[in-house]
Amino acid sequence: MQELDIAGMGSVRVTRKGNNVVILEKDLQTEQMVLAMGPQHPSTHGVLKLECLTDGEVVTHAEPYLGYLHRCFEKCCENVDYPAIVPYTDRLDYLAGMNSEFAYAITVEKLLDVEIPRRVEFIRVIVAELNRIASHLVAIGTYGIDLGAFTPFLFCFRDREIILSLLEWASGARMLYNYIWVGGLAYDVPADFSKRVMEFVTYFRPKTVELYKLLTENEIFVKRTRGIGIMPADVAINYGWSGPMLRGSGVKWDLRRNDPYSVYPELDFEVPVPDGKVSDIGDCLSRHLVRALEMDESLKIIEQCIDKMPSAEGFNARSAVPKRVRPKAGEVYGRAENPRGELGFYIQSDGKSTKPLRCKARSSCFVNLSAMKDLSKGQLIPDLVAIIGSIDIVLGEVDR
Amino acid sequence: MEEGHVLSHSVQQSAAAYAIIHDKFGDAVTAFDANETMPFFEVLNTAVWPEIALFMRDNPKLKFNYMACLSGVDYQSEDKVGIVCNLESLGQLNHKIAVKVKCARTGGSIPSVAGVWHTANWHEREAYDLFGMLFSSHPDMRRILCPDDWEGHPLLKDYKVQESYHGIKVPY
Amino acid sequence: MPLLMGNSLNAWSEALVGFTPMGLPLGLVILAAIPLVFIALYSLTYGVYGERKISAFMQDRLGPMEVGKWGILQTIADILKLLQKEDIVPTSADKFLFVIGPGILFVGSFLAYAVLPFSSAFIGASLNVGLFFAIGIVAIEVVGILAAGWGSNNKWSLYGAVRSVAQIVSYEIPAAIALLCGAMMAGTLDMQKITMLQSGSYGFAHFFLFQSPIAWLPFLIYFIASLAEVNRAPFDIPEAESELVAGYFTEYSGMKFAVIFLAEYGSMFMVSAIISIVFLGGWNSPLPDIGSFALNAWTNGPVWGAFWIIMKGFFFIFVQMWLRWTLPRLRVDQLMYLCWKVLTPFAFVSFVLTAIWVIFVP
Repeated sequence: MQELDIAGMGSVRVTRKGNNVVILEKDLQTEQMVLAMGPQHPSTHGVLKLECLTDGEVVTHAEPYLGYLHRCFEKCCENVDYPAIVPYTDRLDYLAGMNSEFAYAITVEKLLDVEIPRRVEFIRVIVAELNRIASHLVAIGTYGIDLGAFTPFLFCFRDREIILSLLEWASGARMLYNYIWVGGLAYDVPADFSKRVMEFVTYFRPKTVELYKLLTENEIFVKRTRGIGIMPADVAINYGWSGPMLRGSGVKWDLRRNDPYSVYPELDFEVPVPDGKVSDIGDCLSRHLVRALEMDESLKIIEQCIDKMPSAEGFNARSAVPKRVRPKAGEVYGRAENPRGELGFYIQSDGKSTKPLRCKARSSCFVNLSAMKDLSKGQLIPDLVAIIGSIDIVLGEVDR
Repeated sequence: MEEGHVLSHSVQQSAAAYAIIHDKFGDAVTAFDANETMPFFEVLNTAVWPEIALFMRDNPKLKFNYMACLSGVDYQSEDKVGIVCNLESLGQLNHKIAVKVKCARTGGSIPSVAGVWHTANWHEREAYDLFGMLFSSHPDMRRILCPDDWEGHPLLKDYKVQESYHGIKVPY
Repeated sequence: MPLLMGNSLNAWSEALVGFTPMGLPLGLVILAAIPLVFIALYSLTYGVYGERKISAFMQDRLGPMEVGKWGILQTIADILKLLQKEDIVPTSADKFLFVIGPGILFVGSFLAYAVLPFSSAFIGASLNVGLFFAIGIVAIEVVGILAAGWGSNNKWSLYGAVRSVAQIVSYEIPAAIALLCGAMMAGTLDMQKITMLQSGSYGFAHFFLFQSPIAWLPFLIYFIASLAEVNRAPFDIPEAESELVAGYFTEYSGMKFAVIFLAEYGSMFMVSAIISIVFLGGWNSPLPDIGSFALNAWTNGPVWGAFWIIMKGFFFIFVQMWLRWTLPRLRVDQLMYLCWKVLTPFAFVSFVLTAIWVIFVP
């Protein structure tokens, strides 16, 4: 018996009978199938195209194609005034509008000479943390749906409704707020806002426990996410990961602690980093755990802010908002801790005009997604879905 | 630096890091611009840029392991385009610095640092897509946000949008 | 009253048996088919409605409320809508396979209804190998799924179909072995006789589930395997909405989609009925005779029988829905692991233990 390599048939084992060659076995050479997930697909979280080469159920190559939601944010910024960019920043990561506005406002304020009133700082932190909880609820709910658990999604959205009505009460809009302005806020919060927010905090605390028991501790969920998509810490840093992704890989890095802004230095909260007991460090379950545990920390932050916030006597939210925002000449890179990672703005100003020369948004999801190609080698298709869900992308921020 | 002007602690740390780089690379880099908002230096000899990048990442006194951002910028008055890299030593030495690299506006190219920081891979593709500078030895140099057959580089200051794309009228 | 109805039913069935125009046994066909069609259709209508309401209540919302009081007429509205939709066949689809796929799927799940005894007076076809027929004929579904997945000419459908075939074919083994345990306890494969052997004045104590100390094991194994047979969560990978859009029926719309749905809910009821018949007494009443309250005698009878088996079927459908809305889905290889390395060995173990019980315990 000998082995021949026949073109088009792969490796073939043959034997000879007289003058004939008789084929005994063939290694079936199968082609790899090109599978395009998206742009329209229930679990790519937006218009993302993932072109996969699959060998059966194993993905050998998965490449993300972006640009389907590119809305020329940076070009628009060069044509409008600094205050007018705030609604555009909302629409970057539309699930975490307050946080995106916050990042932009503190960046521009670095180039201005303004003193932000203390009450403004506290309100900014409260709405940013409320929005962080809402964003994590969406991340957790949709992650459950990607893996087939339909019910936690509805529980998450039920609780998110309350947050959205609180934010609507404060700013006038449920999702795209235009609330945190350069130099202050658009309006002060309504009179009973603190009371309602405290009611929400008391209501929501047991719900996080319920969600934990329903989804995070579920045996099937753990089997689907544990040990999948492991990213070592140093590779994660080299890829530029930040936020829950980096903390899921074991690196204790939170911009609210390591590069603090606003009143975060006065607040007492933990930075949850998984320790490898429930999940493997760097896998999808760790990243999910970070988001689930962060919601409790945000509740703590909100409570402390409500306690420490100065009263509204004689307070005008727009008192420090300049009539014309004309930053001094120079450039700055400012950033804040968004629910998805580090949202940074690189702003270049020439000191004379009211429009930026260059306003680049460094988006967390864009950077987190760039590791997709390497993370997905050799995974099964259901695992691919689990990995994308754990990266928690919002295409508005990826494409800008 | 002005006389009698005390720099903040973080700018001093960046200046110390710059001193180590200047020691090694001398004339390939400009003097350090110690402004409060974004201290930076510029790389004059662009061919040495990947070497500088590797040095910055691996030297035990620098350890710039995290590239926060790589933005393309259009310097229309100088007839150049360039990149601004914001680097940081995450969890290690806690200093930050920014690096600028410029090249000619038409047909210019900058060596790629995608092999040093993986963050640069997609950021450089975006800079190419929107500004037009090529990154030599980039593993995957093609457009990322605009369609592959788009004409022009949108973020240049004198960009004129194309009349039609696949039969669709573009300007509105 | 039930006795009287039983007598008239018998009278009607006698009359229909005699109805043979041109020598063809049309009466027998009508006799067998119409009630079965009604049962299948009602199980679909109220199965779909039940699923939407039950899932809604579990998810803290209301479900259909507009059409009819509490949305009872919702499924009828949906069926009317689906009936008048445009029948789309994709141009690049294999037309023959695309069209017959849903048909074979439905036929496969519906054929098993022929051997289900709905009461002591009514069984579509009283085969003496009824249980064997029920287990075997469901395999026709696999051909239907493959035809639908391949004929759609869509990579996602193909994925769903291939996964589904692997799943159904693998899970048939623990399912069959578990059911054979029940058949062993009865000593026959005839469905009607299996049910009659579970009747008695002690009600539920005569059910096979309680007649042997290890009967809960084949019961559990068959329940889990039947979830995989009908592609229900947590084994709904073939229709995994979030991965494969809709798996093997992605390209279907309109009436063909309705037929596939009918097949799915029909199979749900069918496996629920089979498990009730083999382990929970079929059309026997679970109520025992307590002293002078002869509850068992009062609640047994031809029409009562139909009521009991349908209620037991609905109970298992409820449990299937409950599991669907609670658990995430298993990955393909975890599913296969569960079948071959967990369920099949346990099925063999329960087979041996049941055999020992049946032989040595009178």
